[in-house]
Amino acid sequence: MKRIEAVNDFVVKFANVNGSGSASANELFAKSFLRMGIPVSPRNIFPSNIQGLPTWYEVRVTEKGYLGRRGGVDLMVQMNAQTWDQDLKEIEPGGYLFYDNTKPLPKSKFRDDVHAIGMPLTEICNASYTDARERQLMKNIIYVGALAGMMGLEPEAIAELIGEQYKGKDKLLKPNLNALQMGLNYAREHLKDALGLKARRANAVGDRIFVDGNSAAALGCVYGGATVCAWYPITPSSSLAEAFAAYCRRLRTDKDTGRAKYAILQAEDELASIGIVVGAGWNGARAFTATSGPGISLMTEFIGLAYFAEIPVTIIDVQRGGPSTGMPTRTQQSDVLACAYASHGDTKHVLLFPEDPYECFEFSALALDLADRLQTPVFVMTDLDIGMNQRLSRPFAWDDSRRYDRGKVMTAEDLEAGREFARYLDVDGDGIPWRTLPGTHPTRGAYFPRGTSRNPYAVYSEAGPDYVYNMQRLLKKHEFAKTLVPKPVLTPARAPARFGAIYYGSTSPAMHEALDLLADRGIYVNALRVRAFPFQDEIRDFVRSHHKVFVVEQNRDAQLKTLLVNEAGIEAASLVPVLHYDGTPITARFITREIAEAVARLNVRPLVRREEKAA
Amino acid sequence: MTYLAKPKLHHPSLQKNRLGYTRRDYEGKVSTLCAGCGHDSISAALIQAFWELAIEPHRVAKLSGIGCSSKTPDYFLGNSHGFNSVHGRMPSVLTGAALANRDLIYLGVSGDGDSASIGLGQFAHAMRRGVNMTYILENNGVYGLTKGQFSATADQGSKSKRGAVNTDSPVDAVSLALIMGATFVARSFSGDKRQLVPLVKAAIAHPGAAFIDVISPCVAFNNHPGSTKSYDYVREHNEAVNRLDFWPSREAITVDYDEGDTVEVVQHDGSVLRLRKLEPDYDPTDRIAALARVARAAEKGEVLTGLIYLKPDAEDLHAHLNTVETPLNRLAESDLCPGAAVLERINAALR
Ligand SMILES: Cc1ncc(C[n+]2csc(CCOP(=O)(O)OP(=O)(O)O)c2C)c(N)n1
Ligand code: SF4
Ligand SMILES: [Mg+2]
Repeated sequence: MKRIEAVNDFVVKFANVNGSGSASANELFAKSFLRMGIPVSPRNIFPSNIQGLPTWYEVRVTEKGYLGRRGGVDLMVQMNAQTWDQDLKEIEPGGYLFYDNTKPLPKSKFRDDVHAIGMPLTEICNASYTDARERQLMKNIIYVGALAGMMGLEPEAIAELIGEQYKGKDKLLKPNLNALQMGLNYAREHLKDALGLKARRANAVGDRIFVDGNSAAALGCVYGGATVCAWYPITPSSSLAEAFAAYCRRLRTDKDTGRAKYAILQAEDELASIGIVVGAGWNGARAFTATSGPGISLMTEFIGLAYFAEIPVTIIDVQRGGPSTGMPTRTQQSDVLACAYASHGDTKHVLLFPEDPYECFEFSALALDLADRLQTPVFVMTDLDIGMNQRLSRPFAWDDSRRYDRGKVMTAEDLEAGREFARYLDVDGDGIPWRTLPGTHPTRGAYFPRGTSRNPYAVYSEAGPDYVYNMQRLLKKHEFAKTLVPKPVLTPARAPARFGAIYYGSTSPAMHEALDLLADRGIYVNALRVRAFPFQDEIRDFVRSHHKVFVVEQNRDAQLKTLLVNEAGIEAASLVPVLHYDGTPITARFITREIAEAVARLNVRPLVRREEKAA
Repeated sequence: MTYLAKPKLHHPSLQKNRLGYTRRDYEGKVSTLCAGCGHDSISAALIQAFWELAIEPHRVAKLSGIGCSSKTPDYFLGNSHGFNSVHGRMPSVLTGAALANRDLIYLGVSGDGDSASIGLGQFAHAMRRGVNMTYILENNGVYGLTKGQFSATADQGSKSKRGAVNTDSPVDAVSLALIMGATFVARSFSGDKRQLVPLVKAAIAHPGAAFIDVISPCVAFNNHPGSTKSYDYVREHNEAVNRLDFWPSREAITVDYDEGDTVEVVQHDGSVLRLRKLEPDYDPTDRIAALARVARAAEKGEVLTGLIYLKPDAEDLHAHLNTVETPLNRLAESDLCPGAAVLERINAALR
């Protein structure tokens, strides 16, 4: 029988029962590789159900640092009888099934082309522990120990991690270390050479950090100076607001008084959460909300008001799939159009597309600046894949000389000095008017904002020319935003390329791997990562300088492509959509296959690899 | 029945308050509402109350939803910032504004459609949270702005101008506010300035969620026989539980009372509420009794007015959140940004 043999390059998937305490053991497993200098990319796959139901954790071990989902499973750690049959199918031929063989299982439960590795986990636990919960929890650590033994993970690295986790909690530290050792011993004695997947110390992690995008975005909001957060629980965004609360307690509690330099409200719904953010933004506090697609739907009326009344608002949309519950706890990039044009009337909004936790941090802080500068809603478009999975990412960076851009706010001194205040007049030529905050001056600068029915002086007006002036100014402001939002990032192919690819957000790691795989096949593609809307001219120029450009996204309707055609003056015919939308994160294998097939269809002979020619 | 005086040239009173402001300084643009609209009278009462309290107009933020009532903030306190937000959502916008700057005085103006129909949820939740605000519900039982449809406060059996009868039972905003935890609940009538002005003053001084349901007839769509929100109906059925006199502090009290028939309540900020009892047994600090009395009044078709409930030791949302004294919108980078060194430590912990 074939046997998959691999060093530092394989996929392990854990099938667990939700609520069994497996999450921290699995994370321990993933982190042990990092301590050995080997990059990993884990992903949670969990249905919306809370208790007693299946959950999976997939760890891609990748010395090359490909952090996208690979697809396929080399080792299945099967700890949930309910999903046995389905899990068994997923294993690659020649792969491995690690399972609890306390109770014998019929032959029909196995596959001829998969190596079964049994270990009597329940028996060992029952013999060592009496408490039911302890049996459950220690079982997880024991299997981590066994896996470590089989793979050659350094026990010191794992012990170090356990030590950090239970620092100061000796009561827990010891039993965990013992359990780990039990697993290690068992593997050494009984499972020698059972597994062809090995870990070998490398030096490929560097100074990178391991963090989920929601925590990163939350921290970005702390650094970016957000003081008001209003939210309504919705997966996959809830952990962002919760992380903001945790960071604020730590970093924003006044040392002398113990009082909070922030306000967080769990509102009654998303209408209220966005309303609170709008009110705070109007009143000069940096405010944000975190939500997902259904929340965006509920917020749209307010988003329009904020656009027209010109209120700074930051919205972090952790995208998921579609409405209702179930599938929605899977990942997608399917709110692009909903956010770009959210609300009634003619509206267009600024969108930022972070690719990883580093940019979640960066763009969340930036969004707060942009919202103040542009006096408009700004969306940070992340998704479940980045938001709820820990990802290796560049360390967060902050320049202490950086100052918040509070935008055009007239002060009491300005007003006192007789500076003219016209709330909706374009005085600087960038379409952005000046604003005053409530309570600034006893007699100057007050105004009564409402939707659009007003002239540049904020006086009620239903006159056509006033409306048109305002709409044109808003357009100018949107145009000006191009100069402020992050520029696209080009990854040139190793050889001249007729094809281009545009991608964004969480597709990034899979795309980079796909570019390598394609190049290996002689298909060269220049890749442009779009980081924001409105689109800069570079994006249009990129498309024009290629025969065809693939637009790779994780939704059904090619939403970014639609936006490119609508807003960047790009011919639809020059764009070829590559779409992945089954709720799982996009993979390099998928992108490679789609692009390779499309290239073949487009009837173009792949360029011969330059290196090959040279050789 | 409007007593909003205009034009400005003929203003009857140029008397100055403690700050040297005349009532004119508390006015806004000329109202565009129908002549006789109850809402204009409420605007006048608000002007009077703010003037009497000698609050600097620019220290007030006035927020509203959508409706004829919600337009009125344009017609008073012209030097205050205002926000005509979206239909039914004033409470959330005001909540956010109040979080951003705890130093301003927040006035929310809404209609019955705005607060009891589309915005019932936000109204209830703002009361629950104890947002420090004065919430004025200008209640006419109809949608004025969209031309006379019944709102959710229309009484069961009341007749529309066209003769249609409302069959749904009404939302009683006062009961709801009581249940939801509002710490100051009153009802008044736009046509009773003597009652309304002191209630508004006490509500402004109240350090928590203060709600006043003001019956405010719509002369265009709901002032006919068969309506329970018409001037005539309210005058005939008005049952006041008490009469309020409000004093910003004990030192300011200028009138002597017979001890027997008054109750005195002192609020957090030292302001004094003297209530002349019209119903000898009515205790406005007893929430359960208040709820029962309101329910009985509704049963009898009475319009129960006065200070219905007050929690003297009320707390507000900022107290619940334990926020710093400095308004959040005034905190600078040094307060808000933990800086690069701390970030380096965070990075280290994530390796
Ligand atoms: C989302 C939304 N739906 C409907 C409307 C239309 N609308 C405007 S005002 C109003 C009712 C206002 O009634 P009320 O709050 O009682 O104010 P009034 O005019 O009676 O003072 C409605 C339904 C709107 N502005 N927004
Ligand atoms: S329609 Fe009714 S509520 Fe509106 S202004 Fe006229 S009287 Fe007032
Ligand atoms: Mg009404």
